[in-house]
Amino acid sequence: MRYLAPTSIDEAVSVLVGNDDVTVYAGATDFIPQLRLGRPEPDYAVDLKRIPRLTDLRLVGDTWVIGAATPSVRLTEEAALVADLPGLVEAAALIGSDQIQSRASLGGNLCNASPAADSVPAMVVNDGRAVIAGPEGIRTVPVASVVTGPGRTSLTRGEFVVEFEFDRPPARTSDAYLRFIPRTEMDIAVVGAAVRLSIDEGDRCRAATVALGAVAPTVVRVPAAEDALAGQPLTQEVLERVSTAAAAACNPIDDKRGTKEYRRRVAGVLTVRALKLAASRAAGSTP
Amino acid sequence: MSSTHVTSTINGDGVEFLCQGDQTLLDALRDVVGLIGVKEGCATGDCGACSVILDGRLTCSCLVLAPEADGSTITTVEGMAGPDGLHPLQQSFLEGAALQCGVCTPGFLVAGKALLDRNPDPSETEVRYAIAGNLCRCTGYDKIVRSILTAAADMKDVSEAKEKV
Repeated sequence: MRYLAPTSIDEAVSVLVGNDDVTVYAGATDFIPQLRLGRPEPDYAVDLKRIPRLTDLRLVGDTWVIGAATPSVRLTEEAALVADLPGLVEAAALIGSDQIQSRASLGGNLCNASPAADSVPAMVVNDGRAVIAGPEGIRTVPVASVVTGPGRTSLTRGEFVVEFEFDRPPARTSDAYLRFIPRTEMDIAVVGAAVRLSIDEGDRCRAATVALGAVAPTVVRVPAAEDALAGQPLTQEVLERVSTAAAAACNPIDDKRGTKEYRRRVAGVLTVRALKLAASRAAGSTP
Repeated sequence: MSSTHVTSTINGDGVEFLCQGDQTLLDALRDVVGLIGVKEGCATGDCGACSVILDGRLTCSCLVLAPEADGSTITTVEGMAGPDGLHPLQQSFLEGAALQCGVCTPGFLVAGKALLDRNPDPSETEVRYAIAGNLCRCTGYDKIVRSILTAAADMKDVSEAKEKV
């Protein structure tokens, strides 16, 4: 395996197009352990972190632009981003220890395509867009369209994610991400629930977006929960409908972290908790 | 296979070394540079024994490809002691018996240093989060947590004494 570190997008694309057996990586927090577990070494490992846009984090007009390889710790250090998208930042911040936070990135988390990736439901509810470079130039797609199955993405030969775009939220709008794991830290999600919510002056829900991780091959949106919330106050009855809809949207597996039934149950509970947290943030009162 | 030439600053000294594309920074530090204080525990980023400070960030050197270190600044446990003796963390670990077999200790010391560099007065909870990426299988964590808190207090006393002078 040879190491390559292109310093521009064009150079990276030509390396990817010109070689048959090549892997791009960002923080390598998944890539290197996978090599250790027997993933065949590619001829070339292409480090994207020397391309300036890949490790940037900036506000352009009303849009946050976050490099695909920007380490998670940078997100938590950006106070204005935390204020705008607290759920997205808390999802990224849940990935691993301080050591991992120094390296792990949104782009790596997305393109590793684990069903349990923490940042992906949070990117989806915030209508995140992935800016993708490739031989045909740049294209921008919804984050939700990138992962097609466990370990699989819709990226084609020569393509890689450059950065993500998230519009700043309008007034009385916020998000939250909660993850359930069997211990308090350093584990993989049994269920992850992301909610973004807009409320009116009477604390009635104007619009909501709900996405779940680790309960299906890819992140699932929960339109039935979103419909149950639209125009409604957050009464017990509405919350119960949301919980039922979230549980019903799951298509989980049984594994050592939880059974199918358990995951469905937790998905309902966690979605309601994330909803309440997003609602309190949208109202301007952080609990 | 062609080697990559890496120029870096390690523990304050300019260091150049040759490495392979599939070599981790952990392996290069130990086997090429000779810094065997950097330990291999799991080699998959779970245990933190290989922790170094890479360009100001606490990092598992087992999760970094060695050629990535070109142009970087690295601190390992070997760089912690100063000309006047041990780092306060090393001294408090000794006095607090915060180690038994010692394999995890360099990682805990480097993680403790990374914490105190950015937060000189951490709470116990902050200490526990800061070492959540380091595993110890002998001592238990209590003595390690207390030793980091003791070192933070010692360093604060020293810096306050200096201010008075």
